[in-house]
Amino acid sequence: MTQLAQERAGARDPAPDSGGTGAGSRDATLAVQTSGLTKRFHHQTAVDSIDLAVPRGAVYGFLGPNGSGKTTTIRMLLGLVQPTSGTRSVLGMPIPEQANEALHRVGSLVEGPAFHPYLSGRANLVRLDAADLLADPRTARTRIDAALDRVGLLAAAAKRYRAYSLGMRQRLAIAAALLQPRELLVLDEPTNGLDPQGTREVRSLIGSLASDGTTVFVSSHLLAEVEQICTHLGVMREGRLVAQGTVAEVRGAGARTLRLETPQPQAAVGVLEGLGVQEVTLRGEVVRGIPESLGGEEIVAALVQTGVGVRAFAIASPSLEDLFVSLTGEGFDVSG
Amino acid sequence: MSAVEAARAPVGRPRVLPSTRLLRSELRLIGGRRRNQAGLAVLAAVPILMAVVVKISTPGPGEGPNFLSSVTANGLFVPLAALGVEVAMFLPLAMSMLAGDSIAGEANIGTLRYLLTVPVDRTRLLAVKYASLCIGALWGVLAVVVPGAVIGLALFGAGPLPTLSGTELGFGAGLWRLVLVSLYLSAGLAAFAAIGLFISTLTEQPIGAAIAAMIVNIVAWILDSVPQLDWLHPWLFMHDWLSFADLMRDPIHWGNITHGLWIDLAYAVVFWLLSWARFSGKDVTS
Repeated sequence: MTQLAQERAGARDPAPDSGGTGAGSRDATLAVQTSGLTKRFHHQTAVDSIDLAVPRGAVYGFLGPNGSGKTTTIRMLLGLVQPTSGTRSVLGMPIPEQANEALHRVGSLVEGPAFHPYLSGRANLVRLDAADLLADPRTARTRIDAALDRVGLLAAAAKRYRAYSLGMRQRLAIAAALLQPRELLVLDEPTNGLDPQGTREVRSLIGSLASDGTTVFVSSHLLAEVEQICTHLGVMREGRLVAQGTVAEVRGAGARTLRLETPQPQAAVGVLEGLGVQEVTLRGEVVRGIPESLGGEEIVAALVQTGVGVRAFAIASPSLEDLFVSLTGEGFDVSG
Repeated sequence: MSAVEAARAPVGRPRVLPSTRLLRSELRLIGGRRRNQAGLAVLAAVPILMAVVVKISTPGPGEGPNFLSSVTANGLFVPLAALGVEVAMFLPLAMSMLAGDSIAGEANIGTLRYLLTVPVDRTRLLAVKYASLCIGALWGVLAVVVPGAVIGLALFGAGPLPTLSGTELGFGAGLWRLVLVSLYLSAGLAAFAAIGLFISTLTEQPIGAAIAAMIVNIVAWILDSVPQLDWLHPWLFMHDWLSFADLMRDPIHWGNITHGLWIDLAYAVVFWLLSWARFSGKDVTS
């Protein structure tokens, strides 16, 4: 699955993040770009100088524990919150200067659904559509029904929002984001409140939107929810962006580990340390270490040459989950 | 990159047409709320109640307020008397509820962030919200005037309308005066709504905003009744509201009416701009 995601990343990513986009320079191949974006509320720094780079066409997983600054970042991207410092642009247009033009091409779901409780689901969408100066009133009904249908809410469209379950509310919010053809979807925790079936549906919806060429920026505090569909990842921790890039790049940032089973463990430790393998540890007949840039062939050849028998040998990248815990520190608890 | 630009090129800069869709949606939202419908019913109940009470008790001449004693002479005095009763409390209360809800209500349930990301320009949103409040003010006044006129004419008939100056107006001319009174009081309430709109941009609690606006109204009426503050009175937004009676003179006394309209305009502009100053750069974190 992750393999698949990586292949898609390679195929659809015109310019993988080089990490070197300088402050102020805007890159048109990026759907979202921020430079030194910072937000302080009173004395607390919610977002601390982050440089996001979301390539067009990417499915960008914006991950981090609750309270790590994801939603504040999204609010700044959408022009709801003024940054304390730094710049941001969406679809190549600076926010807030060209916010109106940019946001027409952006569908968003920010911090959960919010609608008028005494209006029906459809009436709520009619209201949002009415607010859009670019929306054609003649096609409103068709577009609204299509959006409701896409999230499987058509049958409940006439019900009052008040009577909706949390999952239905979430779906309605996604439908609102799909009222117009969008170049970018910003989805903040889109699977919140959904049951596993609903979560799968949202995932496949995101997948199908992405395959149409829509850039998707999806935040989550649950890695498992997004890792299958993402081509890119950005990881937040306490307001900082601690990792960013394609899934392969982020995964590559974690140290690969070596595992060796041998009848002569003491000798093996000597050989491995001689080759420059770091943090070699020994337990029974299993030797572990961090090979860094050393290739597996090299190591095995050296072992065999010195007469160390090799029963099993593997070099593995860390799982994203492990990486995640290491990047975000305490795992997925609420951070300060 | 060029491919991306080429793909976007035919879209071009989108053509924006002026549209009243948002305003109409806003009015549907206001008009569709049970609470507001109940409020209108209360406003309408007052003239009906007054007309019925007068009909069954028929006070002697010289009793009761000005208009009320004239009610039996002409049904059109019912809405005028009702306005006199409702202008200090009921109508401003209705206005406070609407205005308090305008921004704070959307912020409270979170719909504000979705409106803004549609996107709706903040200045445009404030303009539409205020326009809807102005129309709401007219609705409120008409909710008193129309049922009042209907029941008044039904119970007391449509004789010639005696003016406060002692002359009499024909029925058509009297009806026209009633329209002027409605518009004049709507303008006053619209000015008050601008204060409410401003308060509504300060908070995410619509009820709090409504109460604060109502307190402003009550304080203004209290200040207006303190003789030592007579230098202040002409500058209070509600000071000239009761001068609507001047529209029932023959000829109309324009002095206070004109002054009142200028004060309305000043309050509307100043408080709308204050709302804008507050709202246009505000962080929307609800």
